[in-house]
Formats: sequence, structure tokens, C-alpha cells
Amino acid sequence: MKLGSMMRTGLVAAGLLAGAAGSAFAQGAPIKVGILHSLSGTMAISETTLKDVMLMLIEEQNKKGGVLGRKLEAVVVDPASNWPLFAEKARELLQKDKVAAVFGCWTSVSRKSVLPVFEELNGILFYPVQYEGEESSRNVFYTGAAPNQQAIPAVDYLMANEKVQRWVLAGTDYVYPRTTNKILEAYLKLKGVKQEDILINYTPFGHSDWQSIVADIKKFGSAGKKTAVVSTINGDANVPFYKELGNQGIKAKDIPVVAFSVGEEELAGIDTKPLVGHLAAWNYFQSVKNPTNEAFIKTWQTFTKNPKRVTNDPMEAHVIGFNMWIEAVKKAGTTDPDAVIDAMIGVAVPNLTGGLSAMMPNHHITKPVLIGEIQGNGQFDVVSSTALVLGDEWSDYLPDSKDLISDWRKPMSCGNFNVATGKCGGKGK
Amino acid sequence: MPFLRPLAMLLPALASMLASGLIAATAFAADLPALVGALTTGSFGDRETAIGALAASGEQRAAPILEALAAGQLYVRKSDNLVLIGKPDGNQLALSEAISGKSAGSGSEAALDRVRVNNRLRGVIEAAVGSLTLMSPDAKVRREAAEALFKRRDASSLSALDAALAAEKDPRIKRAMSEARAASVLASDAPTSQKLDAIALVRERADRDSLGVLEATAGSATDPEIKTAAAAGASAVRQTLAAWEAAQNVWYGISLGSVLLLAAIGLAITFGTMGVINMAHGEMVMLGAYTTFVVQEIIRTSAPHLFDASLLIALPLAFVVAGGIGILIERGIIRFLYGRPLDTLLATWGLSLVLQQAVRSIFGSSNREVGAPSWMSGAFQVGQINVTYGRLWIVVFSLIVFVALIALLRKTPLGLYMRAVTQNRPMASAMGIRTPRVDALTFGLGSGIAGLAGVALSQIDNVSPNLGQGYIIDSFMVVVFGGVGNLFGTLIGALTLGVVNKFLEPYAGAVLGKILVLVFIILFIQRRPRGLFALKGRSVE
Repeated sequence: MKLGSMMRTGLVAAGLLAGAAGSAFAQGAPIKVGILHSLSGTMAISETTLKDVMLMLIEEQNKKGGVLGRKLEAVVVDPASNWPLFAEKARELLQKDKVAAVFGCWTSVSRKSVLPVFEELNGILFYPVQYEGEESSRNVFYTGAAPNQQAIPAVDYLMANEKVQRWVLAGTDYVYPRTTNKILEAYLKLKGVKQEDILINYTPFGHSDWQSIVADIKKFGSAGKKTAVVSTINGDANVPFYKELGNQGIKAKDIPVVAFSVGEEELAGIDTKPLVGHLAAWNYFQSVKNPTNEAFIKTWQTFTKNPKRVTNDPMEAHVIGFNMWIEAVKKAGTTDPDAVIDAMIGVAVPNLTGGLSAMMPNHHITKPVLIGEIQGNGQFDVVSSTALVLGDEWSDYLPDSKDLISDWRKPMSCGNFNVATGKCGGKGK
Repeated sequence: MPFLRPLAMLLPALASMLASGLIAATAFAADLPALVGALTTGSFGDRETAIGALAASGEQRAAPILEALAAGQLYVRKSDNLVLIGKPDGNQLALSEAISGKSAGSGSEAALDRVRVNNRLRGVIEAAVGSLTLMSPDAKVRREAAEALFKRRDASSLSALDAALAAEKDPRIKRAMSEARAASVLASDAPTSQKLDAIALVRERADRDSLGVLEATAGSATDPEIKTAAAAGASAVRQTLAAWEAAQNVWYGISLGSVLLLAAIGLAITFGTMGVINMAHGEMVMLGAYTTFVVQEIIRTSAPHLFDASLLIALPLAFVVAGGIGILIERGIIRFLYGRPLDTLLATWGLSLVLQQAVRSIFGSSNREVGAPSWMSGAFQVGQINVTYGRLWIVVFSLIVFVALIALLRKTPLGLYMRAVTQNRPMASAMGIRTPRVDALTFGLGSGIAGLAGVALSQIDNVSPNLGQGYIIDSFMVVVFGGVGNLFGTLIGALTLGVVNKFLEPYAGAVLGKILVLVFIILFIQRRPRGLFALKGRSVE
């Protein structure tokens, strides 16, 4: 009920903003910002929150007087977890609504679906979710983590601190887990892990009967070597997975599970007491203590009128992305996409973990990597954090992409420059 | 004086080196305050040393402090650096001094620093507590201590185990302790003969943990004699476990089958006997799950002591809610579409989307937490099979629902009417049965049972607007496979598919396993279009 009424207030707020911006305050017409997140269907569970955080950020910015003396206006569309519809809605935002930038997408397949539209119509997309890399587009800014900003440091942590020697790579069967696991497998082998010490397992979306897979993990873990599970299991399937782990008595100190898709939002639906000690790797946790984060949490809980509402990593990515865009627009003095795309590179804004994140020439950002352990209250305790790490779009551990770099500064302006051949346009996209 | 600067930088390092030396030195003097102080400072590595020192001190008072540390309940007061244990008490913490155990009133977490632990420390603490509690007067504690030491297999716990073994009277705990001792011996540099005895002892235990110990020994031993003995032991244990694994797959299959049965049994009525292709069936399951959620929310806020009964209270309500909505659907939509299966399919599919979005607007799109009552949480061991109470109750519940439904159809007037209407509608009508009313009630019954399934599924799956979608395909599969219109077919079909699925999964993986089952069903339907148990009777022709 809360979320429903909140959504309504959010929409009303957006409507009011549009009205207000048009009449009283602004000198020019309002600048339109597109929000492309599913509000219905499977992905609504994760994406609705991101729409709300964008509405909040736009409202806050308008309180500060907007940008370039103009108010911002949110244009919310609902692609309904339907991948082709994402492309249609993106076209609608860019062509009909003429938005200056779009914040949106969650799954990699939705991003791949809108990519040609953004390139054709020269739009700007901010993509806030951790993804598999192996892509760089002039029109997309990737504010989520690349594999080297999440997966690799997590594996390093387990190797160094928990002396893990055997690895279960468990994931949902789609592109992000498959690519991430490919990178991890190559990385583990590079570190001297033998093939027989790696177990890879894929499950369908929304898998709910985990009994035999958890029993398998238990079996794999009883070979006398410390075993860990690296989980790229997506969204909904996590709850029954963790419940089954608890049921079968797998404790974090025996076989720890490190997850890349489980954050505060996902844990809100589970009793986390049996899960204490299982890990997650992100670039942000709600429990990080610093004034910027505390202020953000407070604004968010006031905005959603829910003092228990949690924050998570993709939300932080939108905060960083939005602030970067504002800075770039100020720097460029216009919302013209070409000028803003050029101005984006080098922009640095505070992140919520107490540092500065910068947009680099490969359209990825620098962020710290945090490893957290699940606590009984549904929050994470940070047990390890790194300095700022730059997202590596073309993984160094895959043969197809190890020679590729991307640099969108002129005169190179290339998303897949092959350093071995010295030409733009190597393998991959 | 620039040359002093390196020295100044060296000093803290020297101090910490001295401190760790001191810890080792004072360990035997059992200087508890200093040892406990060392627990709360330094890196995770330093704390590990401190925990080891505490365990070596043999100090009984250290056990509760370490347990509090593992549970994340050890705090340092910011004002005076006093180490406190804080147990949650409402919104506050009930504090007591860690060393003396004296009460220190209550306080909020804001004034305290929690001592952080990670997984590695939790493991170290468990073993440390194990060696400290081996002599505990409580038999259960001693047994747990022995189990913890078995898993830890650390040569340093040998002396504590020897002392405990000498004092132990209970033969079962004695056995556990000597197994723990054997595991520790294997990790130590004991002579070969002792190690061979230890391998024999561990081998007899024949469970997953002992396999781990043997595999580790086989992997790390340098003495060829030990290596072969451990490897032979490991393969023997593996054989025993393989037999248990087959039994375990059967149990998992039954458990999955019971979930399929619950989801499909309502559909067996609406689709099986009435012939309505009801795509909104999954949403009836979802409504049942949300009813459970609402019941639990009300109980949580107004009558927390009833929590254990929440599912029992939710059952009739879920039946009424889902059944009532089912009757509305039948009266409002489906009765106009009888005999037009394609239109029914589209209409009910649209309806399922409407119901999903309605629930999403009311309850929000995120998952809702439905708690497990105490009698449904936890697990017990049957040999090497782990049976969880939750799954066991779902199996029992699905059988009860099945039997009750059969009884209803066979023994009650309503059941008689239903069977009459399905078998020969004009004749039933001629006999004075109000067929439209029976249609509505039958559809309501099928939907109501789906609601009951929702109550059970809320225990194992996400309570989200998408809950029903995951079950609709499986339900149709079970009903078609079992034989349309035959309840026993549904039972056998659900159990068969469950067991087949669970035997395929370990070999083919979850994705391929599911595909294979689908292919199997398609081939089967080719051969027997009416399913396992074809209904014979007038309606079929």
C-alpha cells in the first residue's frame, strides 16, 4: 500500500513539477529528463525504486534552482520488463519528448535492446547497474560496476582472507552471469586454481526448488578444501536459495556465499539471521557511515515517507550519474548531446562512500569496491574496502577482449581500439 | 631532527610487536582483562591471535565473551573503553560488563562501538569456544564442542581433548570426542601408527565432514602409507554417501512433487473436470499467499502470541478469498465463454495480468516477508539425509488436501452433482440439478484449493506479484501428463515429474533437466494423448 501511494505521489509530484516549471520559475522551457525503468512485470521489483530515486534527485535539483537557470522535468515511461518495448520507449523519449538525457535499464538485455536507438538518435543513457562489461558506447555512461569493480576483488578477498581453494560459480542462465563466470573462470585459472576445483552451475530465472543444487554445493564442499560460492543468481531466485542454504545448515563460516546481485532491497524480504556472514560485493552499502550518505538516506526516507526504506548500490550509481550529468551540462553550458558527451569525461562528483568518483574516457567511473557481510538486521558490515578502481570495460582475462581499450576523447573516439593491431574496431561490439 | 622520524614511525610497530609477545606470555597467567582488551583492537589477524590466546588460557569465563563476540554482541563503550556484552532488549541493549558479568544497565548502540568479526574469526571462535566448553556440565554443550573441534581439526586442541576424554562418562559424547581427537591427530605431526588408527576411526563415521577430513589428509600427507589409507577411507565413505544420495534424491523428488501437486490440484478441478483453460490459476495461488501475508501482519501487530497459529488461521481465509474471487470470475466472465476455449484462454490470461498489477498497486512490487512458524523451521537428520520440517509439512499438507478433495467428490452431494454435471450435463440438468450453480461452485472450489496452495507456497517461495507465473506452466504440465479429469492421475503425475526432475538435475543441470522433462512429456503425450490415466466415459467421446 505504501509503495502504491508513493508511486502515485511520485507521479503527481512529477506532474506538478512539470506545471510549475512551465509557468512560474523558469526563464526557458524546462529541461526534460527521461526515466526508463520497468514499473510493471518481473523487473518492477528492482526498477521501481530507481524511478523513485530519480524523481527525488530531480525534485532536489529543482529546489536548488534547476540547471542553467531552467527547471528539470521528469518524463516517466514504463517499458514493462519487456525488452523490445524498451527500444520503443527509448525512441519515444528521444524523438517525441526530446529528453536531454535518459536514466534507465536494469538487465543487460534491456540495455542491448536500447543501445542501437541511442546510437542512431544520438541520445545519452546513464546505466546504473553492475554488468558484464565487453561493451563501450559513445552514447552510454556506465555508472554501475564492471566485473573488475565487483567480481574480481570479491574473489581476491576470499582467496586472501578466507583461504578459499574450491569455487562454485552459481548463476542464473543469462548473459551477465555467463560472461562474469567466464571472466572469473579465466581469472581463477590464472591464479592456479585447477579445473576440478571449479564447479559452474546455471539455473533458470525464478528457480525456486534449490534442494538438490544446495545438496550438490554441500557435496562439492566436502573435499577437504575450503570452498566458497560466487553467486550471480538474479533477483527473485535468491530468496528461496538463501532459505534453502539456511535449511540445510550451510553456515557462512563453512561455505561462504558471495553475491553480486543481492543488496539491501533483496534482503528486505528475508529473515537474515541464518545468513549472517554471507557476503556481497558492491560499491556502496547503506551502512557506510559518513555525512553525505547519512544525508542521502534521510532525504530518501523523507521522500518515500517510509523511515525504514533501504538504499542500495544502483541507487548510488544514479546519484553519481545524475550529479555528473548536471556538472557536465553546467560545464558545456548547453544540453546538446555532443557537447555534454564531451564535457562528461573528467567530471568528478562525490560518491556516497566518502570519496570522489570521476568519469573516465572509457565512459566508466572510478569507485571503491566494498565487501560486506550480511548482518542479522538485513544490513551489511563492511569487512574490506579498496581504493578507487576504474571500471575495465574490456576484460583483461578474456582472449577476445584483452587487447581492446576504449577512449571516447577526440581524436581517438573509439569504443574498441585494438592496441595489438593499432586499429579501431577489434573484436566484439 | 629528521633522523628521529623513522624511529617515531617504528615505535608503534614495536609496541604492537611487544603487545603480541605479551599476549603469548600472559596466556598462561590467564590475565583476562588484558586478553579481552586485545580482542577489541587491531586488525582481524591480531584478533585471531588474541582469540587463540584466550582459548589457550583455559579460562571458563572467556567462553561467554567469545560467544558474544561471534554473535556480534560485544561492544566497547565510547566514553570509557569498557568492554560490554549487549543483548537486544526492545529498541535498547541490555548491557553487562564482559569480564565480571555485572549488569551495566541499558544503552543504545549510538554510545557503543560494536566489535566487528568476519567469517574467519567466527570459525576460530567456534573452535576456541569448543575447547573451552569441552568440560561443561551440560552434555549438549560438550557434544557441540566436540563437533566444532572435529570440523576445525587443529593440532592445538589435542591436549584439551585428551583431558576431556579422560573425564567423559557419556559413551556417545566420548565417541564424538575421540573422533574430534582423531581429526586433530591427522592435522598434527603424530607418528604414522597413531595416524592410521585415526583414519580408521574417522572412516567409521562415514558422513560428509569425515569425507572432508579424509580427502584433506589424502591430499596433504607425505607418508605414502597414510596417503593410501586415507584415500581408501575416502572412497569407502564416498560409496556409503552415494547410496544415501539416491535416497535423498527420492525425498527431494517427493518434496518437489508435493509442491507441484498442490499447485496443480486446483487446476485439475477447473481444467480437468470443467475443461476451462484458466490462465489466472497461478494468480489464485498468489492471492492465497498474500492472504497469509496479511494475516501474519495483523497477528504481528495485534496478537504476537498467535504467530505460530498464523498459517492455520490463514488456511480457511485463503480458501474463502481465492474461492470467492474464483466464483466472481466464473459468474462474471467465464460462463459467457463456455465452449470457446480460445476466448477463455485469452480472457483468463488478461485477467491474470489485471490481478498481478492490482496486487502490485496495493502491496507494492517488492517481496513480502512471510515468516515460518516455529514448528515449520529447522531440520532433522535421517541418516545422511537432511529433512527440513517446512518441506515435510508441505508433503503432509498436500496429501491431506488431496484426500479431502477425493472425499468431497465421492461422499458429498455437491461432489455427486459435480461429477454428474461433468459426465453428462443435459442429463444432470434434466434430473433437476442447477448446472450453472454447480459450475460456479466447482470453479470456486478449484480456485479455493489454489488459495490453500498459496498458503503453503508462501513458506518456500517469494511472496511477490509474480508468484503465480512460476507455477502455471508446471500445473498444466502435471494435469495433462496425469490425465485430464483424473485426480489420481494428477497425484501420480506430480510425484513422477518431481522425482524424475530431481534425478536428472544432478547430471544434466537445472536448465537442461527442465528441458528434458518437457521433451519427455511431449513424447509421452504423443503416445498417450489422454495422459497417464485416461478418463473413460461418455464425456470423453
